[in-house]
Amino acid sequence: MKFLHSQRAIPYLLLLPAGIVILSVVLLPLLVSLWSSLTAYNLTRPATLFQFVGLRNYERLLGNSDFWWAFGRTFVFVTITLNLEMVLGLGLALLVNRITLGQRTLRTIMMFPMMFSPILVGFQFKYLFNDAVGLVNNALFDLGLITEPIPWLVDGTLAPFTIILAEIWMSTSVFAILLLAGLMALPKDPLEAAKVDGCNAWQVFWHITLPFLMPFIYIAMTIRSLDVARAYDMVRIMTNGGPAGRTELLWTLMTRTGYANSQMGMANAMGYVSILLSIVFTVYFYRKLTQARAFMGGAE
Amino acid sequence: MTPSRGIERPGERWAIRIGVFLAMLILVTPGAWVVLTAFRPNIEVLARPAVWIPQNPTLDNFARLFGFSSAQQGLPVAQYFINSLVISLTSTLVAVLIGMAGGYAFARYRFKGKGALFLGFMLSRTVPGVALSLPLFIIWSRIGLIDTSWGLILVYMAVNIPFTIWLTDGFFRQIPQELSEAAQIDGCTRWQAFWAVEFPLARSGLASAAIFAFLTSWNEYALASQLTRTTASKTMPVGLMDFTAQFTVDWTGMSAMAVLIIIPALVLTFIVQKHLIAGLTFGGVK
Repeated sequence: MKFLHSQRAIPYLLLLPAGIVILSVVLLPLLVSLWSSLTAYNLTRPATLFQFVGLRNYERLLGNSDFWWAFGRTFVFVTITLNLEMVLGLGLALLVNRITLGQRTLRTIMMFPMMFSPILVGFQFKYLFNDAVGLVNNALFDLGLITEPIPWLVDGTLAPFTIILAEIWMSTSVFAILLLAGLMALPKDPLEAAKVDGCNAWQVFWHITLPFLMPFIYIAMTIRSLDVARAYDMVRIMTNGGPAGRTELLWTLMTRTGYANSQMGMANAMGYVSILLSIVFTVYFYRKLTQARAFMGGAE
Repeated sequence: MTPSRGIERPGERWAIRIGVFLAMLILVTPGAWVVLTAFRPNIEVLARPAVWIPQNPTLDNFARLFGFSSAQQGLPVAQYFINSLVISLTSTLVAVLIGMAGGYAFARYRFKGKGALFLGFMLSRTVPGVALSLPLFIIWSRIGLIDTSWGLILVYMAVNIPFTIWLTDGFFRQIPQELSEAAQIDGCTRWQAFWAVEFPLARSGLASAAIFAFLTSWNEYALASQLTRTTASKTMPVGLMDFTAQFTVDWTGMSAMAVLIIIPALVLTFIVQKHLIAGLTFGGVK
């Protein structure tokens, strides 16, 4: 009791409400998830929640080719989109940084995709790339480039491409905006010095601008890897994993297994795999961020 | 990089302008096209060859969504809109209050386990909503929170608290501690000093944290789609998904609904932009 009234207790008391919420809405459910991934839980038979089967769900997952395909596809999808977003975002930031008039307006425009609901972005692209009424096919028709509609979301090769396009449209801005903030904070002296010493534009970019931007790149990567799973919303509305499973990601496979097929135990096992994947991505970039920060601190 | 104006060639300047213009065109077109569609009659969307500029602008699509039109409309969009507002506003208010207390603790106090606690809060944010929806579905079904506004409000509080802590921690650290100490020497308690000095200074930062939390809840789909069942708690993103899954494809109606989801996002983005960028970058770099 004495501790509660002391000065030392204040920060803990301030953090108590946040702690209770996270404990009861995230941590406790994660424990339930862990338990149910070790049972044969099926939604249609509630009693199976207490039928312990050990690691059977995980063993089955590891031997299931659908799971491995979805896992591999998710990994490739995340790697491709994050890298392309970074490169395109850097390009956009460098371009906008060279514009002096109306830069604030440009920045506002860049923020819009960030604020769109992923389900909304999915809808937009589903509509834009619709084979019968979509803007893209209409434009290609009127320009005389095609005579037959292109089935963007129905074709097995084009559908993943279209989803990657939608994801990049939604998230390139995250990189562009943070990197633009970095460019604006870039100290001018080293740039001037390098120019005096006869460096060309490419050398200045490679040896001064880019190293300075690295922490900003890692912040953007960390923020992005926090919510890579929102691609689920887009895939759900655009193709729902189709055609013939060609856009099935770990997250869509998980909800299909859990809710549509009622195999909750198995779905929770997949859930743990997906959580691990998210944590690995986030922690990786966060550690890169701290390293880059320490490096910058040493240089100053 | 500040370009040295003297050396810059005119050709290069135009190349940059055209590049920026094209990029902005790509960023604006999808949203603008949906907005345009929302004000068209359905015949124009289906027309062949394509009609680019709306010939007969109409508000009929919105009237249909809210049931003011003779045409039948299957979805109770007005109720979804109200659900979305109530759930987003309530969860934001509570999350900001709780998150602010946490952020203040991290910014102003040294205590045992500080680093581990901060990491714990941030890690809780990395759990994907889809994965979290599975156990929440199991628990909420058993304790009767499924398909209630409160069920969703609780979940969105948990989603928003870590990020609010991260943002407010940054904003409070920016305010010199001496200001609060000076007020305390003048006879304020720490509690009074907080509300009289630190809170007003952090207000714009808190506002952007609130707007960010609101948008996160407003836009969320994965959790809402599993934890809601009926008009009692379904939100706008869930409604839009239901709309696209209907048998008849009504592009103009769906676009009108999309516009209703976009408007708050656009308005709030406009208000928040400056503070949010500042918050994200200095919170991470310094």
